[in-house]
Amino acid sequence: MLVDGIHDLGGMQGWGAVGHTPAEPVFHHRWEAVARALLVVVAGAVQASGGEFRHSIERMEPGHYLTSSYYEHWLTAAATLAVEHRLVTGSEIEARAGGRFPLSGPVLAPPVVDAGPDVGTPRFAVGDRVRVRDWHSPGHTRCPGYVRGKTGTVVRLDGIHSVPDIEAHGAARRHEPTYSVRFDAAELWGDGQRGVRVHVDLWDSYLEPS
Amino acid sequence: MPEGFIEQITRRYESEIGPLNGAKVVARAWADPEYKMRLLADGTAGIAELGFGGPEGDHMVVVENTSIVHNVIVCTLCSCYPWPVLGLPPAWYKDPPYRARMVREPRALLAEIGCPLPEEVEIRVWDSSAEVRYLVLPQRPPATEGMTEAELAALVTRDSMIGVARL
Repeated sequence: MLVDGIHDLGGMQGWGAVGHTPAEPVFHHRWEAVARALLVVVAGAVQASGGEFRHSIERMEPGHYLTSSYYEHWLTAAATLAVEHRLVTGSEIEARAGGRFPLSGPVLAPPVVDAGPDVGTPRFAVGDRVRVRDWHSPGHTRCPGYVRGKTGTVVRLDGIHSVPDIEAHGAARRHEPTYSVRFDAAELWGDGQRGVRVHVDLWDSYLEPS
Repeated sequence: MPEGFIEQITRRYESEIGPLNGAKVVARAWADPEYKMRLLADGTAGIAELGFGGPEGDHMVVVENTSIVHNVIVCTLCSCYPWPVLGLPPAWYKDPPYRARMVREPRALLAEIGCPLPEEVEIRVWDSSAEVRYLVLPQRPPATEGMTEAELAALVTRDSMIGVARL
């Protein structure tokens, strides 16, 4: 089963009000602070990369992800990483919890053994037109679905960073340049909206010349 | 878990790190044009001049609002946010409606949140999908000449630095 993750929310329709507040407590309940601390500790203990950490949240069952609060995502991820790295079993967690404790779904992408060489020289310059590759990876990526196959303009060159698609799936690493790419919103959504530009920060291998 | 770890994290983000940091950066930029140029050229170095930096702030880009440009930040994929200058993000920033709608219908969404912008104002949405973290430099409000940096900083709201409000 190859699906793009439920977390990839940009552009999804049907959502209502944002529920904006101008100020609010950092943690609404103490368990949220515990969940935050727990994920940091577990991720450290299993030496999870940032990509593996994020991917453990992204693999939540879609209904669970959409209907649970942010720190429940962190709690689920902490438990999932702990079970997957054999610190504890799912049964032990459920026995302690006194009931069901849903974990995230399994990793669907194979481990990355050969990441290929680092890319030290940017392939693109400011002003270049680029098209985002229309990949649908079964694993972690930081390429939002709403820009795949779309054409934009490079507006900024950022640093060379570890490719998330690689680091989430094993110990191998590849480093590539990153760019801020500007898209015209009317071209993204086909709705004629005017005067809106959406900028997305993308790794070198996500892009091809337009 | 190390002794006191939960309390340490809670205290750090409830008391020590928050939007007051970003407000100081903004006030300095308003008061000192050369600082503003340095800040816009290199956000990380600019905020470091005031002693701010650290996790989720290692690669900062500051984007400037003008009378014809309005910037707003989102992380559609999760919750990326410039912790050293704004603290931890609010729930609404991390929840699906904001993440889904801000890249699709920003003008309508900003108006709903209380920030209506005419069509002549270009809206620039920044989706924090890689390592860069963004801070919006709001426009300095009128009738603030002669104010000290501390007085200016007191005018700067958290929401204006995310870009869901203007001052």
